Parts: sequence; structure tokens; C-alpha cells
Amino acid sequence: MVSSTENRNRPSAPILSIRHITKSFPGVIANDDISLDLYSGQVHCLLGENGAGKSTLISILAGMQQPDEGWIEAEGVKTSISSPRSAMDLGIGVVYQHSTLISTMTVLENLMLGDTGHITLDIKGAKARLRELGELLGSPLEGSALAADLALGQQQQVEIAKAMWKGSKVLILDEPTSMLTPQAIADLEASVERLKKKGLAIVFITHKLREAYSMGDEISVLRHGRLVKSIPATELADSTEKQVKDAVLDAMFGEDLEAVGTKSLAQELSASGNAHHLRSPKSFSGTPPALVLDDISSHDSMTETPVRGLSLQIHPGEVVGVAGIDGHGQRHLAELVAGQRKLAAGNVKLGGKVISGLGVRGRQALGIRYVTDDRLHEGIVGDLGVAVNLVLKRIGMPPFWRFGRMNKVAVDLEARSLVDSFDIRTPTLHTRAGTLSGGNIQKLLLARELTHEPRVVIFNKPTYGLDLKTVSRVRAIMREFADGGGSVLLISTDLDELVELSDRIVLISSGRLVGEVRNDSPRTAELVGELMLGPSA
Amino acid sequence: MTTTETQGIEARGPENSARPASGMGRRLAIGFIRNVLPLILAIATSGILLLAMGKSPSFFYGEVIRFGLMGSGWQRSLVMLAPLLLYGAGLIVAFRGKLWNLGYEGQYLLGGVLVVGLAPYLTQSLPLVLAFAILMLLGAMAGGAWTFIPAVLKARFGTNEIVTTLMLSFVGIGITNMLIRGPFQNPDVTVPQTQVMPLDTMFPKIPGSKIHIGIIIALIVVLIVHYVLTRTSFGLRLDVYGASPKSALHVGINAPRMVIVLFLASGALIGFAAAVDMLGLWGNMRANWNPAYGSEILPFVFLARLSVLASIPFLAFYAVLATGGALASQDVGLDSHFMLVVVALILMFMSVIEYIGMKRDLGQSYLPPGLRKALASLLTRRKARNP
Repeated sequence: MVSSTENRNRPSAPILSIRHITKSFPGVIANDDISLDLYSGQVHCLLGENGAGKSTLISILAGMQQPDEGWIEAEGVKTSISSPRSAMDLGIGVVYQHSTLISTMTVLENLMLGDTGHITLDIKGAKARLRELGELLGSPLEGSALAADLALGQQQQVEIAKAMWKGSKVLILDEPTSMLTPQAIADLEASVERLKKKGLAIVFITHKLREAYSMGDEISVLRHGRLVKSIPATELADSTEKQVKDAVLDAMFGEDLEAVGTKSLAQELSASGNAHHLRSPKSFSGTPPALVLDDISSHDSMTETPVRGLSLQIHPGEVVGVAGIDGHGQRHLAELVAGQRKLAAGNVKLGGKVISGLGVRGRQALGIRYVTDDRLHEGIVGDLGVAVNLVLKRIGMPPFWRFGRMNKVAVDLEARSLVDSFDIRTPTLHTRAGTLSGGNIQKLLLARELTHEPRVVIFNKPTYGLDLKTVSRVRAIMREFADGGGSVLLISTDLDELVELSDRIVLISSGRLVGEVRNDSPRTAELVGELMLGPSA
Repeated sequence: MTTTETQGIEARGPENSARPASGMGRRLAIGFIRNVLPLILAIATSGILLLAMGKSPSFFYGEVIRFGLMGSGWQRSLVMLAPLLLYGAGLIVAFRGKLWNLGYEGQYLLGGVLVVGLAPYLTQSLPLVLAFAILMLLGAMAGGAWTFIPAVLKARFGTNEIVTTLMLSFVGIGITNMLIRGPFQNPDVTVPQTQVMPLDTMFPKIPGSKIHIGIIIALIVVLIVHYVLTRTSFGLRLDVYGASPKSALHVGINAPRMVIVLFLASGALIGFAAAVDMLGLWGNMRANWNPAYGSEILPFVFLARLSVLASIPFLAFYAVLATGGALASQDVGLDSHFMLVVVALILMFMSVIEYIGMKRDLGQSYLPPGLRKALASLLTRRKARNP
């Protein structure tokens, strides 16, 4: 624990108070009578599963949504945050989970995007402000660098600078560590510590209990939209990590805990760079590879990094992890294998046969499946029902279609069995798929892709943004599939996940494979981390 | 009509916009507010405009009903409805795929001029039924062909189809006029126009009425289109493509082919509408003639939520309004373009109601943030002044 004791003595008045906030959407109460106080110079950790209501609370604070009931007090004065601009005016800055930087612009241009009130841009002033913020964060920021060229950790520092550009009093960090390397997490913790000393109130949202314990002055736990547990600063200071962990776990999951198994959950919750390979190392050199990528390249694209001369083999039963900073050609790689994107050069072979000429449907029939990372907009069609989404890749094929007409009985039968066996929680088979939670949408995609004889499955960030129960479930499904002789190409930015599941890990950078680590020692994460720092530092 | 408006309306998806389990009554109420209220508001506002111009709204609307529905008015309205149904289906086919085919005028006129220009020769040399079949096919092919270039550009290069279809529409209008002043011109009259088809070579009337059989053809075709769009694998593929081209790519739908098929179908239905209109009602075409149905029925296909079946009552409403309105305007001494004002008001109220509905779904304030802030500051200032 790093926090100094003077911060524990809370100042008399909170800088921002959330009072009885309630917000409901059709079918769910996202926030149910939530009250919180934020004090300057304190880190307030917000814990909770996905769907617990954290994002809604943030978007209310950020002025993106209006609460149904309740209000917000800024330094004791009742205010309404009617727009993102009024949030900014109140000094509330938000760093979202996903990067909001425009990759083709420089750091300075990104920071100046919100500037108003001048006809000409105040570049000199902006540079001075950037220097100031760089010092404050403890890492100098290069204004002329392109946002795309920054490592993820640096991008995040820029995001923080952007949130504080107009002078923040409250800084909200939404799961800031979920995609960072261990080294970058340490940098972030140091920055947070400095900002705290400067008197900012910081809201730190995280999945990882260890971070909450080491960085938080106060911990609040949300569950099903309700504030179920608050550990005030005084209590937190006197508790051991074990006590806090037990209290929080209990609050987060309650009766669910027994159902899933306390041990594995606790393990995952506290996991932070110390995951270990759960599969015994295997040798695949004896068997012929299932999938061969032979020097493949994709065409240039305006917005995404193309793949450049990439070669890779995956054997039956093998899990190959692809590590790398987001946006380094992972998407093109997945789409080239799935058949969604045209090859510019090279060949894709399945079981020794060249399948480069086949499209999505042809490859799907041969057993190549793709679980996309863009679940909501690519994986499903939100306006269509669950059942139709489950057969979306078989439109027009028997037995689901006969003479061009949908065979509703066959579709419903298939959907019913998939919904049951993959435990997809949906009110009915014909509920619009877009209304399901992220975890259930992912289960829907898994159900669709992992049935009817899959041979090679590409998982693109399969557990990103899911709640812990679903995460462990999805990982179990992947493991089971590989143990049954399936080949897995696992693309992920979560190093722990890669280490836990992969037999070997390759590193992708700028569309090329730049290194490979066999996952057979406890040092795998470290080795991959070093590889990642190599080219980008 | 601007793109933002259409996209705003479209953003809720064709027929699946009803939220689940919110009660039958609530759904009906929402449906009424979104689909019928704009009509009522537009008619009321037009009434106020009429009052402002010193005309009696009740007299005007009475005349609309008298000419559009009473007597033989309903027959005239049905004659007008026939091409509108096909035209609307043509727009819907493209719009459901989020392809904004705005070149409808060129497609309609080219189809129409070829039909009416060649009809005198074909109807004389061939059995009538065969001639009609060939002419209708010809109209459909001409309309479809006129979408081919925008379709290929969109499919291959992603070129914005709004620009290409609109531009080609002007070219199509130009070619139509060249044909009327050139090969199709009737040499017997000085005004540039095509030969007038003899009445006995046009569509026969339904016995005992003035309605030609075009309305029956149109209804059959439109119901078939509705079946294809809602009940077949092609219709589902189209909806997937329309909802998200990304999903379409992901599930292996051939997107370029989909674009081309939708454009051709859209243009063909519009050209077909022109053929039915020419063979059933007009029988000749003058230079610079342009009924511009497309822009007028556009609001109605959106009010029908891009459902072909639902478009039938809306288009029938428009047919009555237009048929009765044209005569009623003359009656009260207004320009016949007054009906365009009514249509524009429908579009405007529809956009406003959609905007409010969308804000409500998102749980946001109905007012734009700037206006809201200004109003709020006004209120607080007043409060400060007299506490």
C-alpha cells in the first residue's frame, strides 16, 4: 500500500456528491438509488461485474445520460450535468476504456480538439499546458507524435491529459489497466499517485481486486445497479488485503459465489500479471498442421493495419496465442483466415488443401470459424431475434431453409438446444439479440461458431468486457475445444489470458510476427512483455 | 429531404422497432404517435396556413374528400394509386438495404418514355396481351438499367449512391426529352410530344368502372414483393445487409451482389410503375413532363416503416389527398403546389417526432443542449430578480 496517511484524513466537504441516482432502461434498472461522495485527494475505487451499473453511473457523471431520479452536488451546490460540456465545465474528466484518440492526428491536435472560443488555435498555450500535464503525470508527452504511433500505455497518458486539459477536479478512469502491460500499469499507478497529491478526486474503476486494494482510499461495490458495499477510508486502512478481498467478493457475488466456486473466482479477481499456464505443455511436432498460413498479406486499408507476409502453423489440439498492442493487424489476420477479407498474397491451407479461393460460407462449411471481437455490430444483428441470429451463417441452407422459406420448426429446435447447452440467458427465443447482455451475446456467438464440426476457430478478444463468470466459462469452452482436437487461434490483448490458455504465444506488430514464446515456463508473461517493449520503446 | 433525416428515421430498423413486452396498448399508442400523428399535425398546420391565406380549411378539406373519395373520386384515386404502389415498393426495396436510390425520376421517365414511344408500334403488330407484357418488361428493364452504373460504382468502390443516382436522374430526364423531341415525336402536332395511344390499345377497364386493370397488376406484384422481403431467405439476407453491412460480410453474404440486385430491383419496380401509368392512364408523354411522384411519396414509405404491406394504406391516403387536393386547390383558388406544402409538413413533423422519440429512448433531454442552457439561464435570472 502506497497511499500516505494524510490523505486518509478526509477533508470536511466532498467535492462531488452523487445523491440517490436512479436510472432505468427498458427492462433493467441500471442504477438504483446510488449515493456516493468523492473527496479531493482520494482515489475512490468502484468495483462490480459487467452490467452492475458502473458504465451508466459514469455516463451520468460525464453528462451523456440524464438520471431518472436523484441529483448531483458539486461542492455542496445542486447541479445538473446536462451535456458533456457541462461535465467539463464542472471539472469532471473521463478516460474511457476504449481509446478516443484520433489515430491520424498528433497528440497535440488530439488534445486541442475540444478547444473553443478562439478563431485561431492557441498552439503556444497548448504546448505549455502539455508540458505542465506531462510533468504532473510524471511522463513527458511528445506533442508532435502521431497518436497511432504511441504504445498503449502512452496513449492512456494522453487520454488522461485530454481529460484534464481544461483543468479537472474529478478524474474518472474506466478500467484503465485492462489492456496494459505490467510495466505500463506501474507507470499508471505512479501517475495516479501524483494526481492524488495534487488534490484531484479520482474514480478508479476496475475488475481487479488487488488494484483496488493497493490504489484505493475508499472502495464501493456495485451489484445489479445497487450500491451493496462501501468501505470507507478509515476502515480500509485498518483492514488486511484478505479481509477486504473477502468482504468485496461477498458483496459482488453474494449467493452466486457458491455456484461458481469461490476459489477460481478469487484467483481471477486477484490475478494481475501472475497467471500461469493451466494446460500441460504438449508437443505437436509429430502431427501435420491443421491450418497453415503461408506468407499471407492483406491489401492496404485506410483505417486498419494490414497484415504483411505472415506465416503461421497451428496443429490440431493446439492453442496459438497472438499477443500485441491493439490495432497492429490482428483484425486483418482474423478476417483473412475467416475468408472475410481478400488475400493480397500468400495462401491459406486447411488440412493440406489450399482454401484461399473460398469465401466465408465455404470455409465455414469446412470448419473454419471466427468469433469476432465486434460482437454487437458484426457478430449479431441486434434487431433480429436470438433464434435467427443463431442460424445467421446458414441462411438459405437446409434444414433451416426449404425452397427459400425459413423452416421455423427446425430453426427453433436448433436455437432451443443451443440456448440450453450454452446457457444463453434470454427471455424468449425471439427476443431481439441486441437487448441481451454482452456475456450472453458472446455465448450466442460461441454457440453458433462451435457447433457443426468446427476444426479451426479464431477467437478475437473473446473475453474482453465480459463479467467474470462468463470469462471463466468462455475460457473453459476454448480449453475444452482444444482438448478435443480443435485448433485455436487466440487473439487477445489480455496477457494473463494468453498465458493461461496458449501453448505458444506469437507477437504481432505492424502486421508482422516479430517473436514467439513457448509457454512452458513461469516466465512467459515476462518474456512476452519484454518482446512488446522491444519494438515500440 | 436530407440524408440525416432519412438515417434518423431508418436508425430504428424496418419492422422490428417495437420494443418487447411493453404492452399491446402502449405499442399501439407508440405506433399511432409515430406513424399517424405526423399526418394529423400536417393537416392541422395546413389548415392554419389556409386560414392565414383567407381560405376556409373546412371547405378545402371538404372539397378534397368530395373530389378524392365521393362520386367517382375514389375511382380516380385508385387509378393514381396503381403506379404509386409499384413506385413505393421500388423505393422500399432499396431503402431496406440502406441504399438511397434517389434517381427515381430518371428511372420512371426513361421507363415511361420507352413504353409510350414504342407502344403504338407494338400494340398494332402484336396481340394486345403480348404487347402489354413486352412493354411492361421493357419499362422495368429500362428503369433497372438506369440504376446499373450507380449500383456497380457502389458495389465496387463504395461510391456514394445518393450523388450518383441523383446525377444520373438528370441525365435520364434529359434523354427522355431528347427522345420525345426526336424519334418518338408525333409529327402531327407542334408541341413536342409522343403519339397518343388509341384508347382501345390501352389497359382495359375493370367492368363497370373507370379503373384500369393496372391496380390489380400493381397489387399482385406488390404482395409478391412483400412476401419476398419478409418470408424468404433473400429477404432475411437483405435485412441483415441493411442492418449492418459488417454483419453481412461476417456471415458470408455477398455484399456487392446484394447491392447490385437491390438497385436493379428498385429501378425495375419504378420503371414498371411508369409502364403501368403510361399504359393505363396517360397514353402519351409531353416534353418536360414530370409527375415527380417519388419525392411526394417518400414520406409515406417512411411512415410505413419501409414495409410494403403497410405502405398500401399510406399511399392510398396520399392518392386521395393528391387527387382531391389538385381539384380542391383550383376550387378555392390556390396553386396546385399547395399539396406539396402538406407533404413537406408531413415530412417535417415526422422528423421531429422521430427525433423526440429517439431522445426519449436514449433518456436524453428533448431540447438541444444550447437551447436548454439558454432557457435555463433565462429562468434562473428571472428567479434571481424576483425571489
